[in-house]
Amino acid sequence: MSKQPGDKSKSPAQLGLEQAGADLRSDVAIRVEDVKMVFNIASEQLHSLKEYFIKIAKHQLFFKPFTALDDINLTIRRGEVWGLVGTNGSGKSTLLKIIAGVLEPTAGSVEVNGVIAPLIELGAGFDLELTARENIYLNGALLGYSKAFITKHFDAIVDFAELRDFLDLPMKNYSSGMVARIAFAIATVIVPDILIVDETLSVGDMFFQQKCEKRINQLINDNHTTVLFVSHDTAQVERICERAIWIEKAQQRMIGPVDQVVEAYRSSQGGQ
Amino acid sequence: MREATSQDRAQNNWRHDSFVLRSLVSKDFKLRYRRSILGVAWSVLNPLLMMVVLTAVFSYMFRFNIAHYPLYFILGQIMFNFINAGTSGGMTSILDSSALIKKIRINKSVFPVEKVIFELVNFAISLIAVALVFIYFLVFPTPGEPPLILTWNIVWLPLLLVYATLFGVGLSFLLSALAVFFRDVIHLWGIFTLAWTYATPLFYPIEQLAPWMQQLMMFNPMYHYVTYFRDIVMWGVTPSLKLNFGCLAFALITLGVGYLVFRLKQRKFILYV
Repeated sequence: MSKQPGDKSKSPAQLGLEQAGADLRSDVAIRVEDVKMVFNIASEQLHSLKEYFIKIAKHQLFFKPFTALDDINLTIRRGEVWGLVGTNGSGKSTLLKIIAGVLEPTAGSVEVNGVIAPLIELGAGFDLELTARENIYLNGALLGYSKAFITKHFDAIVDFAELRDFLDLPMKNYSSGMVARIAFAIATVIVPDILIVDETLSVGDMFFQQKCEKRINQLINDNHTTVLFVSHDTAQVERICERAIWIEKAQQRMIGPVDQVVEAYRSSQGGQ
Repeated sequence: MREATSQDRAQNNWRHDSFVLRSLVSKDFKLRYRRSILGVAWSVLNPLLMMVVLTAVFSYMFRFNIAHYPLYFILGQIMFNFINAGTSGGMTSILDSSALIKKIRINKSVFPVEKVIFELVNFAISLIAVALVFIYFLVFPTPGEPPLILTWNIVWLPLLLVYATLFGVGLSFLLSALAVFFRDVIHLWGIFTLAWTYATPLFYPIEQLAPWMQQLMMFNPMYHYVTYFRDIVMWGVTPSLKLNFGCLAFALITLGVGYLVFRLKQRKFILYV
């Protein structure tokens, strides 16, 4: 098997959702230092013991390291709104997952101060056999909410999703847009210190997309939530964000004010 | 980072994990009995019907000289089934929740534990079946068999369940971690548990076996748990210190090894699920 990941990294798992009082002394929300992520891709996918031992015996077990992120440095201060741009497969989602604490970096460290709400692939915890009502509790639990919190905000979630009439219907009968509404409503019912948004706004109808953007803007303006925003829609990035980072082929290409970064990114894409 | 709150946070984490556990158990329950007319009654009926079939087979084809044979069988059966179902579910629990593990930061050990707890709840419900069989034998004692009496030794049951649950959780940890890297484990475990069913005196008495096999039986954890269960329920025997020690030792060793493997490997799950 592949080698152990470098243990220098501070596990973001220790800075959980339960973190009660955010660190007031520091105004850094997210600090990413020298982060490197290497996946060991086996030359072939081995899922059986027999194949594995045969390959070992024949000395044919090769791993091809694939660097998904290399030497990423980023400091996001409290209340800043950042955009993350780059072409497909450049490492954007990997970086988001590392910041969200889902993945652990191979090297480097990530420091996250505050309650984080990752809107990455919403609705991951839904079981479509269950009703929306049941799923709100289940998904809320998986996202780290307490039962009392969910009960208290149940109506707010349902009202935001505008699906009160379908509450007791199994979610397999929902359209994908309806599922996305519920998911977004659950994920944003807390007032997070840090919000990570990954292309989630591309689902749902136009009105719901506007509603989502409004909710994000409300979090930014009223609650000074720090936001890290990923989108292929550069106009949307320019509209929402102040600063941006451009990642290309695992490398950090540019970092700075959003208009300059987006401008450079656009011109590299053939001036779309 | 902030030492003053680390204890609070640990407590908070624990409280939250137990809420996740309860949510998942209730989800599994809803899904298991959704659209079935008898619903949760199946948890009682299933072991009862199994007992009827196997008692019929073993009363007419191979006769064993065991008093209250149906009770003897159902006690072994539900105890074995608890561990079997719990570990089988636990084994695939990490693979089955790959969608979650890849997207949400979550305490991964919740999943294998949850499957065992779910089967523990099922086990508790099937105790109703045991009670029914017990009452049947109280009301209609079989002629020529010693009368069945319920003794205070039944109070040992919670302790037995603690042992068995820890044992099941340990196995689930181990199997779930192994299954992530080698899917073969899933197929092997099916065969292994089949062999284990026959290697444990569930429907035959241990005296049936050759002396050397009886010696070997001391290394079968399930033999100890099943014996304990029958001792306290049908034989009215206080479990010996030796038996308690054996049950506890198997539970702790399995849990220790399982948890260690799980802890060491859990960071890599996301790359393989």
